[in-house]
Amino acid sequence: MSPANAALVRVTQVPGVRGSLLISATDGLVVAERLMDGIDGRAVAALAASLVQRLSRAAIGAGMRIPTFVHLRGNEGSVLAAPGQNDLVLVALTGLDANLGLARLEMLDAVGRLN
Amino acid sequence: MRALEPWVVEPLQTFLAESSARLILLMTTSGQVVAQHGFARSFEVMTAAALGSAIVASTEELARLMGAPRFGAVVHGGSRLSCMLAAFGTPRGRWIGLVVFGPETSIGLVQLFFDRMVEELVGAAPRQAAAPPIRAENFERELNASLKELFGR
Repeated sequence: MSPANAALVRVTQVPGVRGSLLISATDGLVVAERLMDGIDGRAVAALAASLVQRLSRAAIGAGMRIPTFVHLRGNEGSVLAAPGQNDLVLVALTGLDANLGLARLEMLDAVGRLN
Repeated sequence: MRALEPWVVEPLQTFLAESSARLILLMTTSGQVVAQHGFARSFEVMTAAALGSAIVASTEELARLMGAPRFGAVVHGGSRLSCMLAAFGTPRGRWIGLVVFGPETSIGLVQLFFDRMVEELVGAAPRQAAAPPIRAENFERELNASLKELFGR
């Protein structure tokens, strides 16, 4: 199994995680994905990459460092993103019942191993 | 924004707003311009339409030679500006979209919203027979007529 797929498997094994993707931050394209049926990976990749890019620019503009983890909470779940090196971002989609703490730990560890 | 057909305007405006693309040119596969946004001069539109339709024709022929299905899109990534060229089917025939975008957006976003624009165009297109291909002897007259309508001169 490739390192990218190994990272996705680890994240999707966390309870409540509906899928995860490895995306290119600059291009907003999917590098690898492991998603439940009905989730449009292409759309998630494009929009999550845009979100991470804009947040990074905002953080730099405010004199802070680039975020190491992004959590966007919605009414029916969350989008989690962990930017790594080499322009890659690990993204996870979760339901309301997800163990977000464990998901965060797994994502940070997985993205660290990809670097 | 200039368009020869009014039903094209809304999907195009939505695309521009959501994708943050800088320029867009919609044309038929024979290079006849349907709509444009961001081009200042008719000469630029004429050149872009001719080059765009030629590139799509070349890539489709390349795909045919390779025994592959048509390529979805051709993307030229640049450091300052990038360009995407994609052909798609509509009830009015096969059209081509040429999109120029900068670093403020991404190819992922442009492709995502371009596909949505295509769905909207297909849904909004009046159901009537596609225009017949333009004959070579009429090409320049047709092109000049559409440019005159797009640029008002």
